[in-house]
Amino acid sequence: MSTGTSKKYQKHSPAAIDCNHSVISLRNIRKSFGSLEVLKGIDLDVCKGENVVVLGRSGSGKSVLIKIIAGLLRPDEGTVRVLDKEIDQLDARELQELRSKIGFSFQGSALYDGMTVRANLEFPLVRNQRDLSRQEVDKAIAQVLEDVGLPRTIDQMPAELSGGQKKRIGIARTLILHPEIMLYDEPTAGLDPVTSVEINDLINDVQQRYNTSAVIITHDLACAKSTGERVIMLSEGKFLRQGSFEEVFHTEDPTIKDFYNYNFISDS
Amino acid sequence: MKVFFLRIYDIYQFSLRFWKEAFLPPYEYKEVFNQFFEVGIKSLSIISLTGFITGLVFTKQSRSSLAEFGATSWLPSLMAIAVLRALAPLVTALIIAGKVGSNIGAEIGSMRVSEQIEAMEVSSTNPFKFLVVSRVLATTCIVPVLAIYMGFIGLLGAFVNVYNNEQTSFVSFFQQAFMKITFLDLFTLVLKSAIYGYTIGMAGCFNGWYADQGTVGVGRAANMAVVVSMFLIFIEEMLIVTLINNYR
Repeated sequence: MSTGTSKKYQKHSPAAIDCNHSVISLRNIRKSFGSLEVLKGIDLDVCKGENVVVLGRSGSGKSVLIKIIAGLLRPDEGTVRVLDKEIDQLDARELQELRSKIGFSFQGSALYDGMTVRANLEFPLVRNQRDLSRQEVDKAIAQVLEDVGLPRTIDQMPAELSGGQKKRIGIARTLILHPEIMLYDEPTAGLDPVTSVEINDLINDVQQRYNTSAVIITHDLACAKSTGERVIMLSEGKFLRQGSFEEVFHTEDPTIKDFYNYNFISDS
Repeated sequence: MKVFFLRIYDIYQFSLRFWKEAFLPPYEYKEVFNQFFEVGIKSLSIISLTGFITGLVFTKQSRSSLAEFGATSWLPSLMAIAVLRALAPLVTALIIAGKVGSNIGAEIGSMRVSEQIEAMEVSSTNPFKFLVVSRVLATTCIVPVLAIYMGFIGLLGAFVNVYNNEQTSFVSFFQQAFMKITFLDLFTLVLKSAIYGYTIGMAGCFNGWYADQGTVGVGRAANMAVVVSMFLIFIEEMLIVTLINNYR
């Protein structure tokens, strides 16, 4: 099967991937909601500095997977180790401390409606670093807004921003704590193709500039190809295939072929 | 039936968590004061208007019955008893349940369905403390203040009617009004209002916290916050009055 998405989507691998050191390690993760088994024994290691893309159809368990990594959901079985800490063994304070090193970009951005962009960015910062002066807080806010390319939105309310701007501010809100790991839930969902490419570039930029490792959940092939060093195909709660983008889609597996073809048709 | 008991268990867990989080640092002072403003200052106009009209109309309606016995001079003390023992705490609580309770339910509900609560959690902030504890503390502390204020405004409404008919002076009206009021009445007013405030805050927060199914869930959370808190307020009123009357 051809993997002929446009050349401009091709990811240039960063130099600093260290596979001797897993920042995320999942073993035999199982999760059910009632009688519906969503994850059926997932194993995953993410290297330091690596962007891993998990591709899959809606309802395949992608979002559940990153919520388990962030400690928002608990698996029924299996172990989750993040930055050498087993999430199940942490008390509330330790989990809170660990979360300050994990950035989570939500599908709907999840900006706080009642707060300006400034207040949205300030919110996690002042709660995690209580000894910062006003000047230091302002400087940090200005820096992340500059990094996501939206310095002029500082006094705007979330309702005044476009979908792409909301995504960027959502990412800025996580970057303000200088996370070691980024989790992106459908970063390009609902965006036009041009804005999607900008968000993909931003994800790569964040990886380079902040030296983060990332798990990117998406069903968008262009996003997968342009942001991931490794792509994993998730289907019906199991990893079907993983490798580089080309390796994953160079197959005769009907599920993967269908996913590729439908995605390509909808992109066209 | 199973769902009902699971819900009761959730409410129990939710209340328990509130008391635990309320006393454990760090404290969200800024958000608590922000909520004092939201619940208190922003409700002043409606409380003033309702209180004044309640006092005025109640006095007007009572006048004819008392006049039959030539007992209109009892109006100030009758009004003080009616307003401070029953009307002020109950009417204040019902207004706050409608205005603030629904607002809390809708706000927290919409934050739940748009993943803002999860966003707080992953930003290393305790959303329960920030959203629930601050709001429940605010309603518990502010409803008694508003009820006392409404009591005063209600008596002012009563005074306007009495002054128009009997030209009783302001000082004389309030002296007569407070002749029959005891410390127990004032204590009960504060205690009842605090319990109603806690109920309103908890009902709003609980229904918002467990909201699901998108915008429908948000609407339902706002609606349930008002219905449940009003229902509980009437039950609490009955129980507290029965209990306190044993000490009179």
